[in-house]
Amino acid sequence: MSGFDYLTTRLETAIGWGRKFSLFQYPFITACCGMEYMSAACAHFDMDRFGAGLTRFSPRQADLLLVVGTVTHKLAPVLRTVYDQMIEPKWVIAFGACAVSGGIYQNYAVVQGIDRIVPVDVYIPGCPPRPETVLDGLMKLQDKIQEQPQDWRWGRKP
Amino acid sequence: MGPETLIEEIRAGLGDAVESVSDSHGDPVIAVKADSVRPVLAALRGAPFDYAVLLDLTCVDFAAGEGRLELVYHLYSLSRNVRLRINASVPAADPAVASLVGLWKNADWLEREVFDMFGVRFDGHPYLRRLLTYEGFEGHPLLKTYPWRLAQPRIPLKDDE
Repeated sequence: MSGFDYLTTRLETAIGWGRKFSLFQYPFITACCGMEYMSAACAHFDMDRFGAGLTRFSPRQADLLLVVGTVTHKLAPVLRTVYDQMIEPKWVIAFGACAVSGGIYQNYAVVQGIDRIVPVDVYIPGCPPRPETVLDGLMKLQDKIQEQPQDWRWGRKP
Repeated sequence: MGPETLIEEIRAGLGDAVESVSDSHGDPVIAVKADSVRPVLAALRGAPFDYAVLLDLTCVDFAAGEGRLELVYHLYSLSRNVRLRINASVPAADPAVASLVGLWKNADWLEREVFDMFGVRFDGHPYLRRLLTYEGFEGHPLLKTYPWRLAQPRIPLKDDE
């Protein structure tokens, strides 16, 4: 044997480790930031190195909502519905200046930041953000997931 | 048929409809009366002008003070490779003009967009309904009289000022 016969950890740490390396993402892509998302997700920058490679196109199977691009007031109820359909635990990343704050658009049509519709965990600024920025944001989310108290269902009995 | 002959032909055919003629980057611009938009464009679509393509149909709110909206029609002739712009002013208080859906099918959504953004009524349009904004949206956002940056959210938003 290698001399590494046992391992001690806390259940919470182990769950956090598991969760942060198995982010199933739902890409909610509405605008030009989608190109940068594709770049970050595909082989050159390879989001899969961080365990976020499995894209799910059903919110039921996803636990990371990536809001990529401009969200208009016309679209706001759709985004809210997608978020509500996701199952806990779930996290949200605002990807790009428009999702963060409305970006260059301040008019009758555009929501001034998606945090007015859904709670956001990590904001990735940039117009559009470079793939390195995206990966940095993803790692920040991983740190956050590792550090946060892990609620699991059997521990939440009243 | 050069632009001069063309304008002469139009003047001859629809003399009292033409308000002014000018030139924009080599292409003729003709301002017509709003109530003669449809007969003028119907004439231009057929022989001998042969403007078969409606490239664009839009509207401009130059100044709210004057109370006028200006409709802009861009035509293109495939057979002669020439372009033509038609302008028509309508009063902002009651903007209305005849629909062109019977002449060009693509006028359908163009007119719906102009109706949505500027509130111009297109008489004879088969389905004049908002195209870009949503149900329940009040007002016409590209008018200068529309309040600046006024949003009309469909769901309650957090931190609403």
